[in-house]
Amino acid sequence: MASHASDHPAPAILSEVKPAVLARPVLVHHHRDFKWITDKICGIVEGTTPTWWWVCFVVASFVACFTIAGLIHLVATGVGVWGHANPVNWAWDIVNFVFWIGIGHAGTLISAILCLLRQKWRTSINRAAEAMTIFAVVCAAIFPVFHVGRIWFAVMPGYLFPFPNSNGIWQNFRSPLEWDVFAVSTYGTVSCLFWYIGLIPDLGTMRDRFTAAGKMMRARIYGFFAMGWRGSNRAWSNYEMAYLILAGISTPLVLSVHTIVSFDFAVSLIPGWHTTIFPPYFVAGAIFSGFGMVMTLMLPLRAVYRLEDLITQYHIDCMCKITLATGTMVGYAYSMEFFIAWYGANPYEGFAFINRAFGHYAWAYWIMIGCNVITPQFFWFKAVRENTALVWILSIFVNVGMWFERFVIIVTSLARDFLPSSWGYYSPSIVEIFTFFGTFGVFSVLFLLFIRFVPIMPMSEVKAVIPQADPHGEHKH
Amino acid sequence: MSKNYGIIAAFDTVPDVFHACEQVRDAGYSQWDTITSFPIHGLDAAMGMRRSRVPRFSLAGGITGFCTGMSFIWWAGAYEYPLIVGGKPYFSPMFAFPVSYELTILFTAFATIFGMFFLNKLPMHYHPVLKAPQFVRALDDRFYIVIESADPKFNATETRALLQRAGGKDIVEIEE
Repeated sequence: MASHASDHPAPAILSEVKPAVLARPVLVHHHRDFKWITDKICGIVEGTTPTWWWVCFVVASFVACFTIAGLIHLVATGVGVWGHANPVNWAWDIVNFVFWIGIGHAGTLISAILCLLRQKWRTSINRAAEAMTIFAVVCAAIFPVFHVGRIWFAVMPGYLFPFPNSNGIWQNFRSPLEWDVFAVSTYGTVSCLFWYIGLIPDLGTMRDRFTAAGKMMRARIYGFFAMGWRGSNRAWSNYEMAYLILAGISTPLVLSVHTIVSFDFAVSLIPGWHTTIFPPYFVAGAIFSGFGMVMTLMLPLRAVYRLEDLITQYHIDCMCKITLATGTMVGYAYSMEFFIAWYGANPYEGFAFINRAFGHYAWAYWIMIGCNVITPQFFWFKAVRENTALVWILSIFVNVGMWFERFVIIVTSLARDFLPSSWGYYSPSIVEIFTFFGTFGVFSVLFLLFIRFVPIMPMSEVKAVIPQADPHGEHKH
Repeated sequence: MSKNYGIIAAFDTVPDVFHACEQVRDAGYSQWDTITSFPIHGLDAAMGMRRSRVPRFSLAGGITGFCTGMSFIWWAGAYEYPLIVGGKPYFSPMFAFPVSYELTILFTAFATIFGMFFLNKLPMHYHPVLKAPQFVRALDDRFYIVIESADPKFNATETRALLQRAGGKDIVEIEE
């Protein structure tokens, strides 16, 4: 290739035009310095508990009680308290599971994939998004664990985890449901590890500040988890390498998790499920719903704690654009499913899709289309992206739409079996509704505890992206 | 009387500490460290450090995870209790792949983190540097260079002079 340039001399025009130098987006406004960042983020944990926090916490705890009551009733009575009956033997439990797991995906996308792609804007939101991932996995795990009814059988003898049953028979490792156990438990574990590793330097900062303030009890607790971190560059070198490797392995992990979740359906022979488009379509949907939830959580947080200098309009633009891109991919997948159902000329497949859009569950289908395909299209407009309240409302629609997507896929396919004599209509029982409603409380309680006790942004990472962190002077590019 | 651990110098900006590191490196010191609240880009080279060895742990963990998955599924399904399911073979790497893939990632993650802890000697709740009164700003907004008295080139006067020339402030000795 060395001779390439001389074979084709550069066009003369190149010496006359001057390519525009695009300004790098400012990630922290008002030229804030290291000290300001430390004080701002630590101040949230160090200050007194705000009244709104207590109000939210009490309400969230009350809502969480619905899940607890629903689960106690389930375990005491049996899985019959849920509305499942032939032919729909799989409904809200798996819908809620896929919904919550999907929400988790944005956290790992922000922390891992954007890290590998060197998207520096991730630093302001990755801590909270990773926390969201962990709490979403907790909510998701409730459903597969409790759907076995006698939950002590989830572990041993294992309906889920690999222990032989009372006849000494092992799990069927050919089943995507067993793959799912490994995928989700690995995902939960690695997400926790990744989150904790990111926290260590910030916990060290908290330890030193509490020590200086003379609050020894809290200094010891934060210090215990900081493991004696002291910012040594020889330690940073190993730390950064470990962080990079974790990002590198979390990327195939996050893609595999929703791929395997989609195998639960795609590997079966049910019309409407048995399609090869499922893995990429589920992953895109998961990221779509996850970013919806990140915006639902971060926009109020930004307003309450006055974090506009750290979560700038540029951050919101980026999140809106990812939501737009993945939402459009999901819309494409919906239309492609219809096209293949027609092009494949399989009457059962064709019926399944006509029935989705125009059958008894058409109301759910059109809610799904409205929320998932139409809502994100508003993000094409700058005026919409700059209207924070509107972005927040649209993000709620995304969450609603993605729940309905899973409902439509799962229930419409099962409700119309191959023989009309096996057709049915599924409605949830009140216990299912309460249990699902309560998971929002469980999630909120965990998230509120997070913002109260843990630095909500990775200070060490935010400091590293401001101009003052450049060892060659802040004005050199 | 407690032993002298080394000498610590403070710096106010990233370029200051960066260029000071280059001077300490060129002076031939080996047992010294920089303390920063965030990883400074390019500082490893300025300190003359080698590449991190964490990836070796990760690789070993990943291989262990993959082999664990494959061999466990073979053992459970084809050896310990062979059972025909759907007329499929007792074992095939195809259906064992998803679980082995997840275990590869799981074991890699644990190996990476424990490898990092091992190389950094964490947890280490006591360290002479943590006792230094100026350390309260180390994980906040100031930067420090610590040169240990165990370094073969260490000389209380010369080392202090080197740090002063490099622009270090508040230079003090710290005790073991």
